[in-house]
Amino acid sequence: MVRSRLSFSPDDRVNAFLTTCPEPEYGTGSLEGLTIAIKDNISTKGIRTTAGSRILEGYIPPYDAHVVTLLIAEGAAIAGKTNMDEFGMGTTTENSGYGPTFNPLDKGRVPGGSSGGSAAAIAGGMVRMALGSDTGGSIRCPAAFCGIVGLKPTYGRVSRYGLIAYANSLEQIGPMARTVNETSRLMQVIAGHDPKDSTSVDLPYCHTPDKNIQGRRIGVPEEFFGAGVDPAVAAKVWEAIEELEKKGAEIVTCRMPGMAFALAAYYVTCTSEASSNLARFDGVRYGPAVDTKKSWHDAFQERRGKSFGKEVRRRIMLGTFALSSGYYGKYYAKAQAARQQVKNDFTRLYKDVDVLAGPTMPTIAFRLGEKADPLSMYLSDILTVPANLAGVPAISVPCGTVGGMPVGLQIMGRPFEDEVVIDTAYAYEQAVV
Amino acid sequence: MSMENMSGGTMAESRSEQSQGHISRSAGSPPPPEADETIIGLEVHCQLDTVTKLFCACSTDYRSDGPNTHTCPVCLGLPGALPAINKKAVEFALRVAKALNCEVLFESVFSRKNYFYPDLDKAFQISQYDKPLAVGGYLVIEGEEGEKRVRITRVHMEEDPGRLVHKGGADRARYSLVDYNRAGIPLIEIVTEPDMRSPKEARRFLNKLRATLEYLSVFDSEKEGSLRVDANISLQPEGWFDREKKSYKGRNRVEVKNISSYKGVEKALTFEITRQRNVIRKGQPIEQATRHFVETQGITTASRSKEEEQDYRYFPEPDLCPLRVSSWVERIDLPELPDARRARFIGQYGCSPNHARTLTGDLKLADFYEKVAAQADPVLSATWVADTLIGELNYRDMGIGSVTPSHMIELVTLVKSKVLTDRNAIEVLRTILDGILQKQPAGTPSQVVARLDLGATDSGIIPAAIADVIREQPQAVADYDSGKKEAFMFLIGQVMKKTKGKADPAELNTMLRKALHGRVQ
Ligand SMILES: [Zn+2]
Repeated sequence: MVRSRLSFSPDDRVNAFLTTCPEPEYGTGSLEGLTIAIKDNISTKGIRTTAGSRILEGYIPPYDAHVVTLLIAEGAAIAGKTNMDEFGMGTTTENSGYGPTFNPLDKGRVPGGSSGGSAAAIAGGMVRMALGSDTGGSIRCPAAFCGIVGLKPTYGRVSRYGLIAYANSLEQIGPMARTVNETSRLMQVIAGHDPKDSTSVDLPYCHTPDKNIQGRRIGVPEEFFGAGVDPAVAAKVWEAIEELEKKGAEIVTCRMPGMAFALAAYYVTCTSEASSNLARFDGVRYGPAVDTKKSWHDAFQERRGKSFGKEVRRRIMLGTFALSSGYYGKYYAKAQAARQQVKNDFTRLYKDVDVLAGPTMPTIAFRLGEKADPLSMYLSDILTVPANLAGVPAISVPCGTVGGMPVGLQIMGRPFEDEVVIDTAYAYEQAVV
Repeated sequence: MSMENMSGGTMAESRSEQSQGHISRSAGSPPPPEADETIIGLEVHCQLDTVTKLFCACSTDYRSDGPNTHTCPVCLGLPGALPAINKKAVEFALRVAKALNCEVLFESVFSRKNYFYPDLDKAFQISQYDKPLAVGGYLVIEGEEGEKRVRITRVHMEEDPGRLVHKGGADRARYSLVDYNRAGIPLIEIVTEPDMRSPKEARRFLNKLRATLEYLSVFDSEKEGSLRVDANISLQPEGWFDREKKSYKGRNRVEVKNISSYKGVEKALTFEITRQRNVIRKGQPIEQATRHFVETQGITTASRSKEEEQDYRYFPEPDLCPLRVSSWVERIDLPELPDARRARFIGQYGCSPNHARTLTGDLKLADFYEKVAAQADPVLSATWVADTLIGELNYRDMGIGSVTPSHMIELVTLVKSKVLTDRNAIEVLRTILDGILQKQPAGTPSQVVARLDLGATDSGIIPAAIADVIREQPQAVADYDSGKKEAFMFLIGQVMKKTKGKADPAELNTMLRKALHGRVQ
């Protein structure tokens, strides 16, 4: 294959990149010569990959994530690795082991997280497209806060092989871009079956966005406009929904009672899985080496205490507790039951409506340091976690601003109907251009 | 626990004795611990002999290669790597489940067993927990009192961890090296009910299990470290255990870990029985504990109690889908298994039950025998293979694989046609085996017979030898005439010496007697 090189030297004033590739190679294909940024929890052969954690300092993967192989095969130029909350644990990109990323639209505010670096790199004009990962809103939240488009695909539609796991049963790699069209274009490259990921399904995405939504039924769950949602944000989102109605969609309000347990189910599940996923980082194989003069147990405990950030340590402890014998039934098993209720809500609603719509985030981008209290940060995930719990596709598309900061319209679809979600977002985007 | 169930003793007695870890008994002195029943259950881990590992495409043939040469992102547990199940390993496990008469669950689930150890690449082992592959089977063994069924509780699949290498020995090494070649090798864990009553029965179970797994072509017992056993053992008053339906409310049981050979199981359990009897005799309680078997010394040692308290925090492996293979198992055809083959050997070849059991107890031995029996007298072949050959092989620590069936066919044929006496046939066999051992092949049996001049020639030389001996040994002949029986044996020996053992003993006996009696006196 003919490979060429381009030069990439972004003016990164917002700390969007952890690593840049100054002269990335590219080839021929549908993404020929496009610079694409990759979230730092997606493995890139020969390019440092830390997942925003000090414990992976200096780790250079010997293999490419499946999606990276696909990007390279379509001619993309890997521009670099973007900043993120450590292992994806956060909603602001302030929890990075390498300093926060700032919102390009207002440097006093966060870009959202955990794929904040990817969103900022696009919003700041440094790259056309980027890959993010979404465990509980990590693509959609920064897309909303930075005013770009971000899609969390249906669980199983994009291979997770090479994605440094945070919460395996919830997360998906997804495309981020300025427009719905470009998001769809990137989705077309990364979707499809991968035998290396047992949860991957054989359903390629070959789609050109279609703005005709005549007769599409859009459900609006009341819970998405409940307590904690900024009225100004709610108003913007309602305006957007009305815009869709003007284009021929039918709007129906509905209820999603499972939302009451969604956050609890989400946090128990993701911290449990994380506590197991992150146990391998013991200073033996990657990251700063342990002190070999100490006994193995002392040495690895010290390494983990020093190199994991506070939020990561908090979630590891929560998850370890939730899985311990005597508590498993009370927490993990119960969370799975609650998760099933959320799924049931979606199944029931999708008998009547084609997609669900609401705000992506309850507010506009937080000021730096505003979410220092972990509980208030967790609460801000309330509108994005249901889609992860149910495994359904969800997109965030910009729908105006409040106080100069972007607001995101979230559209969720039936499992494996990522195309319908894209089309609905496209219809809105085209209507307001 | 009901006090009444335990004894006819008073409550007070019961309580005080129980606090010592004793079962209280009816009045009078308690029977000695020798009268206790030995209750044994096993957990057996076997490596499935697949070409590739359980969750990646790495080769399993690592034993002769350098450390960390059979690894990839998956079995190294690199961040982002995901497991993908090896279907062949599932098929192998299903064969085992079916052969052990188990019920394969409609849905079985892989779970993560979380613990920190440097040889564990992901800091968790992918195993099965509350939904194993199969449950509720049995294996028939030759028990102390005839055939018995050892019940199988469960059969599940899991991955092998890596291995720690201590340069310069475990005690002296200043650091440990980790080799992940073994990480991800498919294992099957077979858990039995506590149905064995002696170390010998435990060993017979393992032998039968090994034979079954080898007949299924899923296991190679000759590969180093391919089998590991944990054994549960307790001593309970006679009859008490069965009455209580496998309850361990009596004396505590001890788990002996780290047994890695067939002989080791018998040794470890025998040691443990002696140890527990001594503790009981001293009036001390048996503590529920995990002990380690030290193969080199044949003893078990206490392990740190911390290990038992390990909370593995099992939860379903989110990166693997549940297995639904109960319909697959129905389509699996099993090969002939040891019991069926044993019955066939008796019917088809006329083997004695004992010979048939010995011969079918090992796949390679059974195959060897059938090759011999196809071309030589089957009954004579059974004796020669099951008794003589195995004895001679064991004596030299050799395996059946080192002998070729053609040698045995020839040897049995020579015996059958009386060209060789039994004694000289053994001599020929020994010569051949020694030759193999010393890497100086002795040739075929006929060549050995010719070279050592062991063949029985025509019986013409026997009368000549007899005549010579009678002439040369007048004193012995006179002794014989006067009724001394030893003299006859002496004369036989002298003739044997002259004929270099080639004379058939029975024939010689008759001829010598005739010659002595037919003398012109
Ligand atoms: Zn491998």
